[in-house]
Amino acid sequence: MRTFVSDAALRLGFQDDEVGQIELAIDEACTNIIKHAYKYNPDGIIEIRLSTLKTDGKTKFIVDIFDSGISFDSSRYTAPDMKEYFKKLRHGGLGIVLMKKLMDEVEYGQMVGEKNSIRLVKYLPS
Amino acid sequence: MSEFSVGVRQRDTISVLDLRGYLDAHTAPELEKAFQTELEGDRYNIVVNFSELSYISSAGLGVLMQFIEDVRSNDGDIKLSNMSSRVYNVFDLLGFPMLYEIFDQEDDAVKKFLNKSENLS
Repeated sequence: MRTFVSDAALRLGFQDDEVGQIELAIDEACTNIIKHAYKYNPDGIIEIRLSTLKTDGKTKFIVDIFDSGISFDSSRYTAPDMKEYFKKLRHGGLGIVLMKKLMDEVEYGQMVGEKNSIRLVKYLPS
Repeated sequence: MSEFSVGVRQRDTISVLDLRGYLDAHTAPELEKAFQTELEGDRYNIVVNFSELSYISSAGLGVLMQFIEDVRSNDGDIKLSNMSSRVYNVFDLLGFPMLYEIFDQEDDAVKKFLNKSENLS
């Protein structure tokens, strides 16, 4: 999976550091799916689709990830204030924060066919 | 596909955890076990050396958060050292330098512990 995504990102012209960021964001998304959507059920299927889009003078690298597990209600999610997070010594829940920092766009959605989807987008620097 | 290991060394009263390889949700339980062993042995002065670690995800950072309260309430600390810029960036993005001291070199982290115990004695 990692090679599949990083090869595509490198071919498109991303630098090593950016490829690393994309890989990490996908790792976080898939980890959340395995943990929360599939509750570690090894039969759960995760589908990853890659595409590119040129719009507004930008080239976007789009990673769509699909699963058929328990849906994540993103409307009920609020990003933690990291100062509070550290003050209260919380742990866990950092995956989404990290995804949002690593990628230019992170969007949760539901598609026809009852699959959950998450779209991660990184802009190719011009 | 477990490409992660933790080695433990003692330097004076300090436990140094040497991380190697790839630390993600799959391998984080190994780090958790290493911390548990240190805490069960009442060793609360811990340096984590990242020099051989090539990758970290939030699961790895979560392990540090899991133990910091226990360690600090026993007058110890978890100090971090020798991170590659790639690994450091993950810590930095999430603001971890607010809570953890991060050193370029393991020796400096060890010295900080030793100076503290000298001042106390």
